[in-house]
Amino acid sequence: MDIDTTTPPPTDAPLLALSGISKRFTGVKALDGVDLDVKAGELHVLFGENGAGKSTLINVISGTFPPDEGSFRFGGEEIRHLTPQRARAIGISPVFQEFSLVPSLTVEENLFLGREASVGGVLRAGEMRRRAAALIEELGFDLDPGARVDRLSRAHQQMTEIAKALLGKVRLLILDEPTASLTERETGRLFELIARLKDQGVGLIYVSHRMREIRALADRVTVLRDGRHIRTLDAATATDGDLVELMTGRRIDVLFPEIPHAPGKVVVDVENLTLADGTVKEVNLYARAGEITGIAGLVGCGKSELVRAIYGLEPVADGTVRIHGTPYEAPTARQSLKRGIAYFPANRVAEGLALSRPIRENASLTALDLDRFARFGVLRQGAERSAVGAIMERLKLRPPNIERPVGALSGGNRQKVMLGRALTRELSVFLFDEPSVGIDVGAKLEVYAFMKALVEAGAAVIVVSSELPEVLALSNRLYVMHHGRVAAELTGADKTEQNVLASFFREEMTEAA
Amino acid sequence: MTPTTGATTGTTAPGTAHSLASAARPHSLGLLRRIGFLPVLLVALVAGMAATDPQFYGPINILNILRNTAFLTIVACGQAMVIIAGGFDLSVGAVVALASVVSAKVMAVTLAAFPGSEGLATAAGVAAGLGAGLAVGLVNGLCVARLKVSGFIVTLGTMSATTGVALMITSGIPVYGMPQGFVKEFGRAQFLGLPTAVYAALLVLALMVFIQRRTLFGRYVYAIGGNADAAVVSGVSINRHLVGTYMLSGLLAALTGLLLTAQVGSGQASLGGDRMMLQSIAAAVIGGVSLRGGIGRVEIVALSALFLTILGNALNLLHIDSRLQPVFLGAIMVAAVALDELGRRRNARV
Repeated sequence: MDIDTTTPPPTDAPLLALSGISKRFTGVKALDGVDLDVKAGELHVLFGENGAGKSTLINVISGTFPPDEGSFRFGGEEIRHLTPQRARAIGISPVFQEFSLVPSLTVEENLFLGREASVGGVLRAGEMRRRAAALIEELGFDLDPGARVDRLSRAHQQMTEIAKALLGKVRLLILDEPTASLTERETGRLFELIARLKDQGVGLIYVSHRMREIRALADRVTVLRDGRHIRTLDAATATDGDLVELMTGRRIDVLFPEIPHAPGKVVVDVENLTLADGTVKEVNLYARAGEITGIAGLVGCGKSELVRAIYGLEPVADGTVRIHGTPYEAPTARQSLKRGIAYFPANRVAEGLALSRPIRENASLTALDLDRFARFGVLRQGAERSAVGAIMERLKLRPPNIERPVGALSGGNRQKVMLGRALTRELSVFLFDEPSVGIDVGAKLEVYAFMKALVEAGAAVIVVSSELPEVLALSNRLYVMHHGRVAAELTGADKTEQNVLASFFREEMTEAA
Repeated sequence: MTPTTGATTGTTAPGTAHSLASAARPHSLGLLRRIGFLPVLLVALVAGMAATDPQFYGPINILNILRNTAFLTIVACGQAMVIIAGGFDLSVGAVVALASVVSAKVMAVTLAAFPGSEGLATAAGVAAGLGAGLAVGLVNGLCVARLKVSGFIVTLGTMSATTGVALMITSGIPVYGMPQGFVKEFGRAQFLGLPTAVYAALLVLALMVFIQRRTLFGRYVYAIGGNADAAVVSGVSINRHLVGTYMLSGLLAALTGLLLTAQVGSGQASLGGDRMMLQSIAAAVIGGVSLRGGIGRVEIVALSALFLTILGNALNLLHIDSRLQPVFLGAIMVAAVALDELGRRRNARV
């Protein structure tokens, strides 16, 4: 096996022992005297809201930047002046949410980047190919070592990133929300892999917001809040309620709000829609005012492409989209906004926000064509400032300074800026693409409350999500997509996890037949 | 993000030299980051030169500095807009030359055809010169926006082509025969002791500040440079605005060409050139325009144009070999970008 792990001495001394770690960034205390210890063969979950200090902590552990204070012991030795290279050399291997892959290189080239097998400066291509193939086989990933990374889906890029972390000697593996873009099956594979690594005495630090994963995997959980260590609990004895309460500092009883659906007339009517790239085939679907229409499906089933096409971001080959009964030919984003359609992209950094620009400019960007904000090409800044200020007040942006660059915000606050866009103009159709990816429980609650308010105001809301519990709980009617087609439409009592999974399965069966 | 963050962004001490010297390190760094290194360098340079060479603050030299700053500011404003949108315009120097020879030629021809009608000749020449700049900008913009060729390559191509056309028109000989009024009453005229070019530059600068801060065009240029995909999703028509930035850059370069022509008194294919192009990029970059796009303010760019002009002037006065001067320019430009990157890393997200 290629995952080469040195067997640790069988002692109770922790593999990693941090105490009193503090880190400041230009006056902000990101970490304040945090303690953390990880034993060999243990999976230790870091739990906390966005901005609680989880990212900073794993960056300190993987050598991205040094801590200002505190002691850092790894494998019984005091570690100073850690760099990312040295961290990897001593067996600390991080998998970050933001990928460290070179898009223009192949999977194999990325796996070996910086530690290529070579003789006298000449690459040993054969050996690397063999090792890469063996590793991917070992991990059970469906991944072509020769494929260029930029041609891969996000899920496959995630697999590449994990494989890269496991190449070579690993004693401590850090996983930052690794399942965010994996399918159920790939997640299952990852969990099996984690179990094997634990048996081999590898320590794991695992960052996740998903309770189910924490239940399935964790030995211990450390809760962080506002850069401080709140408590470390035994996963076996802690309840979900305990964890959430410790994380937020308040009690949260129900995650999903009770949404009173009152379906009105059909607002979005999709007939026989097929996309130019074939990701969506002959789809029929409608969404009514006053209800949430859910679209569930695995990663890559075409559900995102479908809503992107309705908004005008994917070229349509065949079929009709009707908005409020009128056919909508050749949609573009600009036209869609004029017709009252808003789209919230899954990837807020790539498609949603200009990170270098302030919150105010990002929030008003979709509405500047209105007379309210600009006349004859000249901006009305007073109107803009007061409108965005009021919206951010309503969305409880903290701190409420709308002149800060969006790049300085946490995931939850970034999502609020996106939501704020919807309030800057009159809209009647809202397309949410993976609305809760990368945001914490507190921010999720606010997003759900936002959707509830939209539905109550009579809007048509379409939610696309890979998180089954989310779409099941939010939607009034649920479409299930599979391989670019609608596999089922579920309503009322039929809307269950079993039925959704069954409809994937049924498709597989008919295809096989 | 922790709730304490607001405190750091909102509470920078008022900018006085006193607080710069006495404040604790994090504060002085914050202050320096807010006003930038540029004013400090500028003041140091002016003070140093005033102390070493009395010629420096003589009226002739100051007028010279202001005039050259004016030319560079106008070109750099256009360049800055292109870079903020995420592009690059290497053709500005060539456009200066083209506008010069085109306007001079049209003026001369019109004046020969209609003797005595100086006003008509001037108008026709100015229109032709500005039109030439707009045309080059349009070609640049369309290639970048529609054909998706990188701005660097497109403008490298048009730079070469434009220089060629300018040389063909003149055959390398200056074009004379412009209306006297254009040269005497405009190019070399002074108003309240300042050359017309300075007023033109101030006007352009004021207009550009307005465009950047108060118009949809300015806002969309920031958004496109900040994140083009997000701008598309937000319903911004990217292509139109990209073409707009290149046309604006072409127009402003052409305006500089006209001002230079009026001052020199003849149309010359040697005006502008690589040096002007390099300086305009340097002025933009030193003035805080990010090569990653989305960041930059023209008023700081103007300040950096002033700095670069004074630096060149100082090197002349100190009798430093003119062949060595581009070395200084290159070194300063690289240092400015390095400082910018350093600042970005310090501000890395928590």
